[in-house]
Amino acid sequence: MSFLNNVITGVSLGSIYAIIALGYTMVYGIAKMLNFAHGDVIMVGAYVCFFAMGSFNLPPVAGVLLAVAVCTVLGITIERLAYKPLRSAPSLAVLITAIGVSYLLQNSAQLLWGADTKTFRPLVEGSLVLVPGQLSISYVAVLSIVCCVVVMIALTLFTGQTKMGKAMRACSEDKAAAQLMGIDVNATISMTFAIGSALAAVAGALMCSAYPVLSPTTGSMPGIRAFTAAVFGGIGSIPGALLGGILLGVIETFAKAYISTDLSDAVVFAVLIIVLLVRPAGLMGKYVPEKV
Amino acid sequence: MAEKKQFQKGKMVPVPSVSIIPERDLDKSPILECSHLGIDFGGLTAVNEFNVTVGRTEIAGLIGPNGAGKTTVFNLLTKVYQPTRGTILLDGLDTHGKTPSQVNRMGIARTFQNIRLFNNLTVEDNVKIGLHNQEKYSMFSGILRLPKYWRQEKAAHERALELLSIFDMQDLANHQAGSLPYGAQRRLEIVRALATNPSLLLLDEPAAGMNPSETAELMENIVKIRDTFQIAIMLIEHDMSLVMGICEGICVLNFGQIIAKGTAEEIQSNPTVIEAYLGKQQ
Repeated sequence: MSFLNNVITGVSLGSIYAIIALGYTMVYGIAKMLNFAHGDVIMVGAYVCFFAMGSFNLPPVAGVLLAVAVCTVLGITIERLAYKPLRSAPSLAVLITAIGVSYLLQNSAQLLWGADTKTFRPLVEGSLVLVPGQLSISYVAVLSIVCCVVVMIALTLFTGQTKMGKAMRACSEDKAAAQLMGIDVNATISMTFAIGSALAAVAGALMCSAYPVLSPTTGSMPGIRAFTAAVFGGIGSIPGALLGGILLGVIETFAKAYISTDLSDAVVFAVLIIVLLVRPAGLMGKYVPEKV
Repeated sequence: MAEKKQFQKGKMVPVPSVSIIPERDLDKSPILECSHLGIDFGGLTAVNEFNVTVGRTEIAGLIGPNGAGKTTVFNLLTKVYQPTRGTILLDGLDTHGKTPSQVNRMGIARTFQNIRLFNNLTVEDNVKIGLHNQEKYSMFSGILRLPKYWRQEKAAHERALELLSIFDMQDLANHQAGSLPYGAQRRLEIVRALATNPSLLLLDEPAAGMNPSETAELMENIVKIRDTFQIAIMLIEHDMSLVMGICEGICVLNFGQIIAKGTAEEIQSNPTVIEAYLGKQQ
């Protein structure tokens, strides 16, 4: 039974990673940059949700929606102010800027909300008992998995069949050609950041419900793990983010349960290194050889 | 909307140039007027004093030796580069300060010298991206599949197949663009450009890498496209049989300067052109 429990915990944690990984993977796919500030957008989302529910006594749904709205605006603002001026700059400059934005968000949060950890009240409490005393699923885990499934289906439909989704895929392949076909590349990139940040807000609320400690650095470690998940699954690929996220969550949980809590990260990253040695483009990524 | 300039027969063309507009277009305003167009890259003048007027349903040719600045002209017209000097009037409207996507919406579409399709997308989706600027529904009606989405997607699907049928490519609609043979990729690029509903279509070496029979077929198709859509086409091409066969006005560039303008016969007998291509006679 403890094995099943671990699987459930792993999949629900993985679902959260997958939702975060989507933000990395979409931004990388379209803007060809690693947005290292993405993890800190999660933290901002969680804080907004925390204060909405705690200080203003809003219902959880309203708290999450408010967090989504704030993070969407935040994501677009970051892109406009920090990344857009660097559109044609070397990718290293953009990467360093992203790290800078990440610290800016962390320190601003510390200034605004203090460095002390806050206890996040879960969005939903209690759990679903399957086998009394042995097997139960917390409602937060159920909610995480459901959110992940809904988000995946919506995104697949969106990118596969809508006008904006097609514009995104066109931009990810060839921005210049897309532009000459009448696609507003800047608007498309803004849209990508908006979607990624909105998802980050949802992930922040879910994550803090499952692990209810909230501090200005809450976002950084899950951010890095989700980035790993995106690379694991094949960065730029949406199904890859799902697969990578879930696998990472399960591996992490199993490593914690059967090997050692302290070594769990080491195990996770060792698996990543092995996968990348065998499949350099990640599990679902396409390896495109450079034409010479 | 700015006031459209009227192009009148018998009057001076706004730009001091020999007009090579075909007779039937003379009573209509020209689709494209470039005056004193030029661009410098650092100290290098890549294009200078490019003065060209293209009639509403003209097939115009832009030729010249390698490195003459032909593709640079296309990049200026589509605003991939912002010109250093001069103006471009598209249908009487100044395109100054516009972005490539805005210029596309104003009516210029193009293909590329080295094919730039969206290789991982299907043939139909490539065309639909061209139709992008004409589809109007919100992101939410797209995700929630509201009736408006279905209506517009159905219309887009039919339009895409209709456009593909110009080149008899409707059966390839579900193939991945990158998997098509070379000639079909070139044709798909033209269809994708046409899908953006242009009034001026720029073709950058459409016959490159084609055999003589494919080129002959392409020539027929270019004329057919002009006749069906009643648009102007400007093409860069090295295949002289194509250029001399279908272009009504030809402009020759060398080292970024126009060295000759005129009809096919005029160009063929022009000593400056012959010199640019073959070198000075001893």
